[in-house]
Amino acid sequence: MSRARIHLSGAERARLAAAHPHLVSPPAGTRVRTGAVIAVLAGLAAFGFWQLGFNFSRLGSGIAQLAHFVTLMMPPDPGTQLPLYMHALGETLAIAFLGTLGGAVIAFPFGFLAAKNVIPNIFAHFAVRRVLDTVRGVDRLIWALIYVTVVGLGPFAGILAIATASFAELGKLFSEAVEALDRKPVEGVVSTGGSPLEAVRFGMLPQVLPVLASQLLYYFESNARQSTIVGIVGAGGLGLHLAEQIRVLEWQKVSFLILMMLIMVAVIDFISSRLRFAIIGKSRMG
Amino acid sequence: MSHAITRLPDEQIAPLIAHYDAAVRARRRHTLIVFGVIAVCIVLAAWMGEVKPSVFFAHADRLPNYFWSITPVLHWDTLGADLSEWYWNLDHWLKLLVDTIMIAYLGTLIGAIGGFCLCFLASANLVKSPFIRLAARRFLEFCRTVPELVFALLFVVAFGLGPLPGVLALAIHTMGALGKLFAEVVENIDMKPVEGATASGASWLTTVRFAVVPQVLSNFASYGLLRFEINVREASIMGFVGAGGIGQDLVEAIRKFYYSDVSAILLLIIAAVMIIDLVTEKVRHRLLGFGAQR
Repeated sequence: MSRARIHLSGAERARLAAAHPHLVSPPAGTRVRTGAVIAVLAGLAAFGFWQLGFNFSRLGSGIAQLAHFVTLMMPPDPGTQLPLYMHALGETLAIAFLGTLGGAVIAFPFGFLAAKNVIPNIFAHFAVRRVLDTVRGVDRLIWALIYVTVVGLGPFAGILAIATASFAELGKLFSEAVEALDRKPVEGVVSTGGSPLEAVRFGMLPQVLPVLASQLLYYFESNARQSTIVGIVGAGGLGLHLAEQIRVLEWQKVSFLILMMLIMVAVIDFISSRLRFAIIGKSRMG
Repeated sequence: MSHAITRLPDEQIAPLIAHYDAAVRARRRHTLIVFGVIAVCIVLAAWMGEVKPSVFFAHADRLPNYFWSITPVLHWDTLGADLSEWYWNLDHWLKLLVDTIMIAYLGTLIGAIGGFCLCFLASANLVKSPFIRLAARRFLEFCRTVPELVFALLFVVAFGLGPLPGVLALAIHTMGALGKLFAEVVENIDMKPVEGATASGASWLTTVRFAVVPQVLSNFASYGLLRFEINVREASIMGFVGAGGIGQDLVEAIRKFYYSDVSAILLLIIAAVMIIDLVTEKVRHRLLGFGAQR
């Protein structure tokens, strides 16, 4: 493919520029605004570097050291610990699965309570929303740390942490799904003499279930990633071993564990995207 | 008001009813199978995850007790003094909170710049070479699949304790996550300006600058702000592995059972996260509304 370039003479160019000034240079207002936005972003960055006391010489030596670690990581090798790591992988999967499911079971009623079209009382749904927001503001690793002090070390603390965080996030998503649904089936149930509970069961539930199931699978994917790190604070799974091996600088085991995580996440993504397509496709046909 | 409902003769209704019952039975069977599979998974996972309901219920009082203990003692008469005792270390915590937000900001900014540079290479409509595209995609995927905290753990060993490894870890993860979202935006652009620029002989970079960037910038900014919200949360736990921010003090307070400190720091984090969520949501709505108007 050959490209022909258009060559304009100086006079031609000047004439075109004079005819369409707004195309050649944007209006002054836009320019000032763009400049201001960039200046604010850069100024904040400079403030950040100053506030955090950045030492750029450490950056260079650190990168050199990191490159050295990467050469030490090759090839990935579990040593004699493979059975232990497989067990940890099972724990991680268990944490992700039970955490997501537990969170969803608790979030399910809250999704309806926080929806404007189910509970018209503005205070009730405001209160439920704020509770969900508060729980959501705390990261799952903080929950894991709290649960470790409450129920002790081990994967159970991880399950509780993932469940708590998923509960708040899913509760919000569920309530949005409920608010977005079609009113007509609900009116149909009410007009034939159904109670409010029956309106929810037969008018709303069939509409929201496929949406909820697909969100649930999506959260399972994301929780599978998160459950690999709750072990860093002692809540079971691969993270525990990973943090340990990084501390003792066993780089080949570290790279093996990271590889395990990547493969697990890829497999789960593949399965759950298949399932999600199946669920959404079915709901469209029905 | 009454309606006359015509009722079919029984011999005509019978097959219809049989058909209906069969359909309902098939659905029930399907649902039962799904529930059966889920139940088996639950049992397996509970066995793997060392779930012991008896132990849990025996100690079920610990969780509410814990939250009760971290609740500070406040009396109405001495509210001021109680509050200042609760937040005895406020100056230090506020500095750490600003640190945390700055870690999130720098991580988001650096990551967004990286994602911006890579997203055009990962877009099918701009890059014809499948090799470059796949390489860019796989790289972004790797960056977002490895959790931030794992990068942080590695970087703390390489760069030493402090906010630097936290910023870098967030930046790399953000680059992976934003690069993918940005590439999806770029793949959905209107191709006519690109064709126009190419037709008038523009180079690839000029095409991207004048035909692609103006179309996608408001969406990019919106995704970047959304990521900033997420990163503030993530930055608050970077201190767990020594990568700076308020997490260091929180982890100490929780491990050493400084109960009132736990609630004080948690409330600070929650308040900061909520305020940032509110502000960025406003800005994002304006950005997207602004983009739609043009």
